[in-house]
Amino acid sequence: MPEPAIDQAAGTHDPNLLLQAEGVTKTFPGVKALSGMRLDLRKGEVLALVGENGAGKSTLMKLLTGIYPMEEGQFWLGGMPLNAKHPKEAQERGLAIIHQEFNLMPDLTVAQNIYIGREPLSGSFFLKPKDLDAKAQELLDRLGLPLDPRATVGTLTVAKQQMVEIAKALSYNARVLIMDEPTAALNDAEVDTLHDLIRRFITPETGVIYISHRMPELKRIADRVTVIRDGQYIDTMDMASATIDQVISRMVGRAIDTSARPENVRADRPVLLSVQNLSTKELIKDVSFELHEGEILGFAGLMGAGRTEVARAVVGADPRASGTITLRGKVINPHHAADAAKAGIGYLSEDRKRYGLMLGHSVSSNIAISSIADKFSRLGFVDDRAISKVSDAQRTALRIKTPTVAQLAKNLSGGNQQKVVIARWLVKNCDVLIFDEPTRGIDVGAKDEIYHLLNRLAAEGKSIIMISSELPEVLRLSHRVVVMAEGRVTGVLSADDASQESIMALATHPDADLPTTHPADHDHEDAR
Amino acid sequence: MTNNTTQAPTVVDVEGAGKSRIQSLRQRVQQLLAFGGLLIIFLVFSLVKPDIFPTYGNVTAILFSAVVVGLLSLGATLVIITGGIDLSVGTGMALCAVMSATFIVTWHIPVIIGVPMAIVFGGVLGAVNGSNVAFLKLPPFIATLAMMLVAQGLALVVSNKAPIYFDDASGYQKISTGTLIDDNFLAGVPLPRNFPNAVIVFAIAAVIATILLTRTLLGRYDLAIGSNEEATALSGVNVKKWLVIIYAAAGLFTGLAGVMISARLGSAQPATGAGYELQAIAAVVIGGTSLSGGKGSILGTVIGALIIAVLNNGLQIISVPQEWQNVILGIVILLAVYADQLRTRRGGVH
Repeated sequence: MPEPAIDQAAGTHDPNLLLQAEGVTKTFPGVKALSGMRLDLRKGEVLALVGENGAGKSTLMKLLTGIYPMEEGQFWLGGMPLNAKHPKEAQERGLAIIHQEFNLMPDLTVAQNIYIGREPLSGSFFLKPKDLDAKAQELLDRLGLPLDPRATVGTLTVAKQQMVEIAKALSYNARVLIMDEPTAALNDAEVDTLHDLIRRFITPETGVIYISHRMPELKRIADRVTVIRDGQYIDTMDMASATIDQVISRMVGRAIDTSARPENVRADRPVLLSVQNLSTKELIKDVSFELHEGEILGFAGLMGAGRTEVARAVVGADPRASGTITLRGKVINPHHAADAAKAGIGYLSEDRKRYGLMLGHSVSSNIAISSIADKFSRLGFVDDRAISKVSDAQRTALRIKTPTVAQLAKNLSGGNQQKVVIARWLVKNCDVLIFDEPTRGIDVGAKDEIYHLLNRLAAEGKSIIMISSELPEVLRLSHRVVVMAEGRVTGVLSADDASQESIMALATHPDADLPTTHPADHDHEDAR
Repeated sequence: MTNNTTQAPTVVDVEGAGKSRIQSLRQRVQQLLAFGGLLIIFLVFSLVKPDIFPTYGNVTAILFSAVVVGLLSLGATLVIITGGIDLSVGTGMALCAVMSATFIVTWHIPVIIGVPMAIVFGGVLGAVNGSNVAFLKLPPFIATLAMMLVAQGLALVVSNKAPIYFDDASGYQKISTGTLIDDNFLAGVPLPRNFPNAVIVFAIAAVIATILLTRTLLGRYDLAIGSNEEATALSGVNVKKWLVIIYAAAGLFTGLAGVMISARLGSAQPATGAGYELQAIAAVVIGGTSLSGGKGSILGTVIGALIIAVLNNGLQIISVPQEWQNVILGIVILLAVYADQLRTRRGGVH
C-alpha cells in the first residue's frame, strides 16, 4: 500500500488511524439502524466492538464492506476515503470480513472456496486445478492452518470451516480483519487457536475488529473496546483497565449481576426422565442420566463431545442403537421429534437456521408450528387468529424485536430468531425442555432475560436439559451438571461441586476414571 | 480453561487427506452405481433376447436414439447444478430445428453457416432464460415454463404450422445419419465403424460439457452457485452474469439437439419437442445430479441418457407396450434418486 496522501480538506479524520468511521447514519424503513456512528481502529490493535442485538454492529459492518449502500457519513482506510460499492471492492482495498454465518460453498473444496472468483487460469476461462491446490497449500502453510486444500468444506467441523473463511479473507492481503462473533461455535481450545492466529496477523500496519459477546474472551484478545447501543456510539475503553461489568453496563445501560447462582436447587425431587445406557451407531456410548422435576440439568463438554447427539437421540431425531428412555416411569420410544413432542419433550436445536426455523415463514407460523394440531385448530381448520394472539403474547413476553408477528423469521436478528424458537416450545407447554445452546449468538442483556426465563420455567415445575458450551452459563443455571467427552458421560457434578476447573477436568480428561477402549477412532467430531 | 492448550492438537488434527479421499470415492461410487445399473439392464435384455438385443446394429441404434435426449440433458445438467431447472429445452429444440430449416431451406444459407446459426439461436434462448432468472429474479421453473410456451408458439409461427423439409442435396441429413467413420476412414486402424455421425456429435458434445463443468470457470461457478448462491455472490463472483452464461451454454446444447433431430428426420417438425425436457431431466437425475444443486456430473448424465435409451429399446424388443415402458421408466427414476439419497444420507453430508 502506498503512503496515503493526506487530504486536509476532508474534515476531522486522523490519517494515522488504520480505519475510521464518522457520522455514519443508516435508516431502514421505520428504523434508524445507525445514527452518527463513529469508530476508530488504530494500527496494530485488536478492537472489540460490543453492543446488544440490534445495536447496529452488523449494519455498520455491512456498510463498511459495501453490502449496504452508504447513506450518510464517511469511512477512512489509512487516511484515504473508503466507500466500497460492493464486497469485492472492500476486499481489494484490504478489508476482510468473517461473517457469523459462513459464506462458503459446502460442495466445493477448501482451495476452491478460498480462491473462488480468483481461480488460477490458463487463458481466461480454463482452470488450473493443480496450481489452485498448490497456491492454497502455500497460503495454509503460511498461516499455519492444518487444512487439506482438497477436503470438501461441507465435511469439515465448524472450527475448520472458520479457518477456511479466515484463510480466504487473509488471502486478499487484508490490512483490516473484521470478525463477527468468531467464537460463537468454538470450544475453548479452538478459541485459543483462533486467538493465536489473530495475534500472528497483527502487525504495526494491520488491525482487527472483533465483534463478540463473550466478555472474558475480549479481555484476553482485545486492546480496546468500543461499545455501541441502539445505533449510537457510546464509549471506547482500554480493555486492560475496563472491567467486564463496566463494559456490560455501558452496553445495556444498566448493571447486570454476573455472579448469579442456580436457583431452587433441591435434591428431593422425583425423577421425571430417565435415560439408561443410550448408545448410537456414530458417537454416543452408554450414556445414562436422570432428570428430576423442576430441575435444570446442565450438559457441559467440548465441541464434539456428543451432547447434541444425546439430545437428538433422546427425542428420536437420530436413531438409537440401544438404550431405554423412561418418562414418568413409563418407557417411551420416540422415533422422531414429533413423538417426543407428543410425549412432552421439546428439543430446541443449536443451529436455528438449519433445524430451528422456517426462515421464509412468519414469526407467528414459526411459534405455532409445534402446537397447531393440538392448540390452534378445530376439525382440521387452523385458527390463525388464535395463533396471532398467542404469538403476540410471546412477542411481548420474550421481547422479540419485530414490528409484528407477521414479519418473516429471516428478517429478524439472530437473537430474536432464537427467541422465536424458544417461544415455540413455551407455547407447546412441554414438561421436558431440551435447550441446546439456548443463548448462542445472543447478547448479554437478552441472555439475562433467557436465564431468568429458564429459572422461572424450572420453578414452575418444568424439567430442563440445558446443553451449553459457555461454562459461566452452565454454572449459573445448572442444578446439576452432566459432563461429557467423546460420546461418554465422564461425570455428574452437583451445583456445589461444579466449577470451571472441575468441569474442564472431566471434559478434557475423559479417560481419568474410565477405561477407554480405542481413543484413536474419533474422526466424527462433525457427526451432527 | 486452564489446561486446554494440551487439548488443542487432538481437536485440530483429526481430519485430513483421508476424509477428502473418502469423499471423492463416494462420488465415484455414485457413478459406478449408475453405470452398474446400465450394465445390469443391458445384461438382462441380452439374456432375454440374445439374438436381437446385443448386436452391433442394435447397440448402434440405441446410441443413435440416445443422442437427442442426451444432448438436451447435457445442457439440463449445467442448469440443474445451479439449483435451477429448464423446462424449455424440448420446445426450444423444436424452435431451433425450425430456425435451422428457415436459415438453410427458406433463406438458402449454406449448411456450414446455417447450423452454427441455429445452435447460437439456442444459446440466445438460453440467455433469455438466464436473464429472466438472474435479473428479473423469476423462479427458473416459471421463467423456463414461459419460454417453453413461447418457443412452441414461435416454432409454429415461423414454420407457418407446417413441417419444413430439407432438400436432400444439401447434405443436411448426413450430419446425423451419415457415417463419417466408414470403412475408408483411417483404414487399417481398428475402430468401430459405420455408426451414424450423430453418435460422434453426442460424444464430442459430452466431452465439451465435461470440460466446461470440471475445467472452466463456468463449471466452477455453476457448482458454487448451486452450493450457496449468496456466498458465491459475496465472494465477488458476478452471479447474475454467470447464470446468464450457464443458461446460454445450456441453450447451445438445445440448439445442437434441434439440428440433430431435424437432420435425423430430414425435416423440422414445429409441433414436436414437448416432453423431451422431462426425459432430459430424468436422464440428469438418474445420473446422480442433485435437483437441489451444487453437485453433479456429465458422465452420470450420459449414463442416465443411455439407461433411458437402453430401456426404451429393450422393452420395445421384448414387446412391452409403450404405456408400460413409461411406467417402468418412472420406477427407474424413483429407484435411482432414492438410491442416491440413501447414500448421501448415510454419508452424513447434508
